[in-house]
Amino acid sequence: MSINSQHSIEITTLCRHYQVEQAFFTQLNDIGLIETITIQDTLYVDESTIRRIDKIIRLYRELDINPEGIDVVLNLLKKIDDLEQRLSTAKNRLGLYEHD
Amino acid sequence: MQYKDYYKVLGVNKTATQAEVKKAYKKLARKYHPDVNPNDKDAEARFKEINEAYQVLGKEENRKKYDQFGQDWKHADQYGQGAGSAGGQRGYQQYTGSPGGEADFADFFESIFGSQARGGSSGFSGFGGRQTHFKGEDMQAELTLQLTDVLTTQKRTLTLNGKNIRITVPAGIENDQRIRLKGLGGKGVNGGPDGDLYIRFNIQNNTAFRREKDNLYKTVDLDLYTAVLGGDVLIDTLDGQVKLKVKAGTQSNSQVRLKGKGFPKYKQDNDKGDLIVTYQIKVPTNLTDKERQLFTELQGLQK
Repeated sequence: MSINSQHSIEITTLCRHYQVEQAFFTQLNDIGLIETITIQDTLYVDESTIRRIDKIIRLYRELDINPEGIDVVLNLLKKIDDLEQRLSTAKNRLGLYEHD
Repeated sequence: MQYKDYYKVLGVNKTATQAEVKKAYKKLARKYHPDVNPNDKDAEARFKEINEAYQVLGKEENRKKYDQFGQDWKHADQYGQGAGSAGGQRGYQQYTGSPGGEADFADFFESIFGSQARGGSSGFSGFGGRQTHFKGEDMQAELTLQLTDVLTTQKRTLTLNGKNIRITVPAGIENDQRIRLKGLGGKGVNGGPDGDLYIRFNIQNNTAFRREKDNLYKTVDLDLYTAVLGGDVLIDTLDGQVKLKVKAGTQSNSQVRLKGKGFPKYKQDNDKGDLIVTYQIKVPTNLTDKERQLFTELQGLQK
């Protein structure tokens, strides 16, 4: 992933905002939930990751799901989203025959 | 305004311990949380209801008030007016993915705890409590258009939450397709980026064609004589009529593909799919005596 200071956020900023330890983000990175980047000993995430982090924090705090569980949840949600899109395509195709 | 049975909402009985109430709430929250039920309005409504119930039953002080006044909420109006101290206790959050999600606590709730109870933005420990938004809220909208509206790329103005947003609708967009408009959602918090706006398109077919992506389909009736002997037929397309040569001996259900007479390809300017015409041969009925005689002669020739 390419990163530049304009589109990246320091992990310490996120730690302050979410009031979590830096180790939490390191753990998320270790299990592949997010991708952190180190530039001159400072950890960053790309701005585009924020929405995902927001969701991860909510699932972690509000539903007491640990990072590994969140990984499973997000994978399943992605799968549901893919299936819904395929269902939508199939419905549109079915429409072709319903009028016959 | 109806009495709301918060015990029923959480599925616990009135003698439930605080631990049992919390357990029931957590279980329901895991089931109906907006993050695990994206784009599900029913789940969102249920989640709000559960949250409201837990706001009341999850705190012993509130639960006592509810048990005392709940059944007879009219008396509680007066109580509620004096109950400003309950302010700041609530922590229902607006979730990404639940746009316009002003926490609609029931009037019933307000009648017991007062409108000030709706105030605080944090501090409700039972639900993690903290406002965790950084990026602005993502918003969802649905736009219904006719199929003929998406024949060409065009600008549309939408009004969302009182704000006019001008968007470009690309030609060839599909039914149920969602597009993301970056930064057109809610405002970011603490310098965070603005949320995104997701628009789902509901495309209604107002034409005689059936559509699959960029191909159009149409069934055309063909009289028996043209099918047998060949000839010309006029076919309606989206850009006017075209004359088609019909080969002698055309069979029913045979198809003809008209290249480039279909639907515009999504984000591929000036490129179109095909129109696929299926011939449906109409066998003559109500024959006159003369026709019957001629068909019989034809039949005889086959023997």
